[in-house]
Amino acid sequence: MSPLLHVDNLSKRFYGFVALDGINLEVQPGERLGLIGPNGSGKSTLVNCICGTLQNEAGSVHFDGKTLDGLAAHERTHRGLARSFQLPRPFHSMTLAHNLRIPLLYTVRAREGMLHAHSDLEARCHELLQMVGLADKAKRLPRDLTQVEMRKLELARAMAAEPKLLIADESMAGLSHSEVDDILALLLRLNEHGITVILIEHIMSAVMRFSQRLAVLVSGKKVADGKPEDVVRNPDVVRAYLGQ
Amino acid sequence: MNTTTFSLSAAAVGLALLVFAHWLGVDYLYFAGYTILQFIVLATAWNILGGYCGYVNFGSAAFFAIGAYSSVFWYKFYPLPVPVLIVFGAIVSGIIGLGTGYLTLRLRGAFFSIATLAMAVVFQTLVVNWDYVGGSRGAYIIRPETVEFAGLEVHYIEYLFALMLALAVIALITARTIERSQLGYGLATIRDDEMAAEACGVPTLRLKLIATTLSGAFMGMAGAPFPYYIGYLQPQSAFGLEYAVNSIAMPMIGGTTTWLGPLIGSILLGSAQQYATVTISSAVNLLIVGLMLVAFVIIAPNGLIGLVQERRRARKQP
Repeated sequence: MSPLLHVDNLSKRFYGFVALDGINLEVQPGERLGLIGPNGSGKSTLVNCICGTLQNEAGSVHFDGKTLDGLAAHERTHRGLARSFQLPRPFHSMTLAHNLRIPLLYTVRAREGMLHAHSDLEARCHELLQMVGLADKAKRLPRDLTQVEMRKLELARAMAAEPKLLIADESMAGLSHSEVDDILALLLRLNEHGITVILIEHIMSAVMRFSQRLAVLVSGKKVADGKPEDVVRNPDVVRAYLGQ
Repeated sequence: MNTTTFSLSAAAVGLALLVFAHWLGVDYLYFAGYTILQFIVLATAWNILGGYCGYVNFGSAAFFAIGAYSSVFWYKFYPLPVPVLIVFGAIVSGIIGLGTGYLTLRLRGAFFSIATLAMAVVFQTLVVNWDYVGGSRGAYIIRPETVEFAGLEVHYIEYLFALMLALAVIALITARTIERSQLGYGLATIRDDEMAAEACGVPTLRLKLIATTLSGAFMGMAGAPFPYYIGYLQPQSAFGLEYAVNSIAMPMIGGTTTWLGPLIGSILLGSAQQYATVTISSAVNLLIVGLMLVAFVIIAPNGLIGLVQERRRARKQP
């Protein structure tokens, strides 16, 4: 089976600092990949390079059999890549329903060329909000939400773009146990619907429960990639997390 | 209210104002009214980029002046009717808006604002050194006393007032249409969070270029009849600080997120300035702007519309 995402020898520098050094990564359709690594290991930089927020200096990214190199971030979203941000970035001046309307208008419509009727948009926004348990707050502003609700809104907005691949960047950071369970259940449900998910996370219990495969970045290099139970025993990974 | 109903209502209000002003028949009303209407167009134009999109343009005076100087150019080269000059002003300023946008829109925040300010200085220097349009000594425009308009012989100032009224109505209809369209939603996402907008599939650069072009075109439209209004155009007046400051202050006072904000701000601030001009001196105009801006930044940072919206929201929520 050809991979959905193929990252080939990707490198990124910030002046003298090497943030990513020859990263190779493949993600199969429908897979749940956990991406872990200590702070500053390059996880978010890798996500930014894949999603087009940053441009990589070397290497290439292929998605669904086509290259993404040189495409702007919004064009990559149109191709079926969606992401949530480490710190939630809602559109503050818009209600929750309008937050979800943006990807529907700008991605789904651009991709499929179909004209949604006003009622279709409303119904789809309601459906997505219901999926994340925020339907009763559809007309509220993001500032009225709690932290976990904000994370859910972020995921719902990514889902509104009807992606093939969702990259969830630390969607559980700062949440309580029960809230982590909530988000995890949501991500698993999305994966059951056929969406490939890359989960970047520091909460190891969540990563182990979620991931079918685990990749580890340390200082901009991939040091391990394999079954979660094998990867956590990998000496390089243990060294990176616990020291010599 | 849908766009068609709103457009018809706005046109009806404009027509009623015109009939009322004609019935009063006071020349001063036309002079003062023209200035206020001109600020409605300028503030609405500024708001398309600054309010809807969040990119603060300090170069409004340059776009206004480009519109005015394109009229001076045609006056010297081949005199044309003012409505045609307005179209030319819009085209020239729109193209310059597009070009400026392309060069500066990769900058954000204060850097973008400084770049627009610098752009105004560059254009002023070009005009000062362009003899054909009068250079630093300025250019005289001799306008006829009267003009035939809608089958009537009317004073030229009344004609200019009618044209600016039509422009204000068009600008407001355009702004409201943008605000409620897919383009308006896209611009609002850029204002809120550009990176998140891109992640949602919004082509931010394209939308910003549309905004700079439209904004520049309307500012040019506001400037095109200005040489005929003032009679003598010089760079210091066309590129005057008051245009840049008022274009920002009026939407800020009214509220930047809706079409109504610039309208309210322009009427409030424009009327206060006209009153001060006849009762005290035109020199206090900028003082009034400054004081009102400081007061509103403290009392209502989101403008009058923002204040009302906040109160309504607070009343609705427990």
